[in-house]
Amino acid sequence: MNTVNHQSQAAPGFESDPYCGAFPELRAFWEATARGQLLVKTCKACERAHWYPRMFCPFCSSQDTEWREASGTGKIYAFSEVLRTEVPYVLAYVRLEEGPILMTNIVDADPAQLQIDQPVRVLFRPTQEGRDFPVFTPV
Amino acid sequence: MSINGKAYVVGAYEHPTRFAPDKSVAQLHAECAAGALEDAGLSFSDVDGYFCAGDAPGGGPLPLADYMNLKLSWVNGTELGGCSYLAHIGHAAAAIAAGKCSVALITLAGKPRSQGVSVGTQPRVLSPDRPETPWDPPTRWSIAGIYGMYAMRHMHQYGTTAEQLAWVKVAASHHAQHNPLALLRKVVTVEDVLASPVIARPLHKLDCCVITDGGGALVLTRPEIARSLKQPLVKVLGCGETIKTNNGGELDVTRTGAERSGAAAFAEAGIGVGDIKYASVYDNFTIMVIMQLEDLGFCKKGEGGKFVADGNLISGVGKLPWNTDGGGLCNNHPMNRGGITKAIEAVRQLRGQAHPLVQVKNCDFALASGPGLVLGDGHAHATVIFGRE
Repeated sequence: MNTVNHQSQAAPGFESDPYCGAFPELRAFWEATARGQLLVKTCKACERAHWYPRMFCPFCSSQDTEWREASGTGKIYAFSEVLRTEVPYVLAYVRLEEGPILMTNIVDADPAQLQIDQPVRVLFRPTQEGRDFPVFTPV
Repeated sequence: MSINGKAYVVGAYEHPTRFAPDKSVAQLHAECAAGALEDAGLSFSDVDGYFCAGDAPGGGPLPLADYMNLKLSWVNGTELGGCSYLAHIGHAAAAIAAGKCSVALITLAGKPRSQGVSVGTQPRVLSPDRPETPWDPPTRWSIAGIYGMYAMRHMHQYGTTAEQLAWVKVAASHHAQHNPLALLRKVVTVEDVLASPVIARPLHKLDCCVITDGGGALVLTRPEIARSLKQPLVKVLGCGETIKTNNGGELDVTRTGAERSGAAAFAEAGIGVGDIKYASVYDNFTIMVIMQLEDLGFCKKGEGGKFVADGNLISGVGKLPWNTDGGGLCNNHPMNRGGITKAIEAVRQLRGQAHPLVQVKNCDFALASGPGLVLGDGHAHATVIFGRE
């Protein structure tokens, strides 16, 4: 994992996306996803990565945290094919190689073939508001 | 300070409606309050402590206290979703023990059925200032999808089966057939559950609770006042509450807040799980009953599926009579919040006022437990233990 420096380029839609605007401290994350990179927040005091990203380490309470580029790979921890909805989709928890588990979707996959512990890798899909959101697909 | 023995539940009322398009939410709250006060033999003018949650119009106690014209010395609007009212029992007992109020009223009401809200299957839209909202809503998560993931993981980790999940619904339906007010009174089989449409794999429609209008209310008071009233005495022995967090992404979705809230309630009550004769356990989804029974200690972690199978939760048949009103799966789930009806049926059991065909013999200790709200794997949780005196 490499330490990532803050970039000046703005993520598309950042200024108008209320979910970004409410958390100015997370701007670097969305700038990275716009470049196709997944960052995780890691605590410099206890060296543990957490999810969702915050400036405050939820494990040791240190405020000394930094963005690191994640491998973008992980394994399915749990998933559910949601059928009672307009367009069926797969809701999932993926455990990143760096440790934490995040809520996401599994895309470009046959839901009937998915299994817990299956390896997956990150892709990015635009949200309604325009930011690029990490989803996963089988390796 | 322990609240064990400091407060008694003297009034309990479940609104008979399951569909109330012609009533306001405020009126439903007031009708529930009136019903519980009448059950206690008290009046609105006796109430000096009021407890409500996010279902109260305006989101807090002020508008309803004004509507009912309560004269209060203690007010509490703790919002923990469906388990708020179980937490309120503990808060009311603490306030009574501290002398802050003498007669505490707790109300819940709402009308999602007549408003056509499918809360469990709709993607959730939350305000942008909540710290999880940049991350969770883009997944289009719904409550059913979250619980589907819990069930998939529990099956993977412990070998739990869809048939075992279905047994929870089967038990609820066996009880609901005796409840004339239950929304769903038809007895169903494991096969019926498995034949119902899949909502979020592996959960079927009959693994999910009902959506109803209605509400409920409870009245608690000091021992001296309780002894002067007409109902059999139901004492609050122990209360526990917690928030299970997502723990920075180090989560275990097979575990619930019942681990903490249950342990705290049992410690305060000074009794063990083996003493419980009746259990109300919030049944928003069948899998959640299994996980909570494990976490409360009724069986070992991972063995909840086996524990609920073969009718073990059916009163008069199995070892643990559970949700004998038909629960949220069959009877009632007013405002999508199951906490208060869990306490009400526990009170009925301890008083000997449950339906004769589901009444537990010699019911001296009962438990009411449940989760509230959903934040990924996070949720609030509360447990109350009551004793008959």
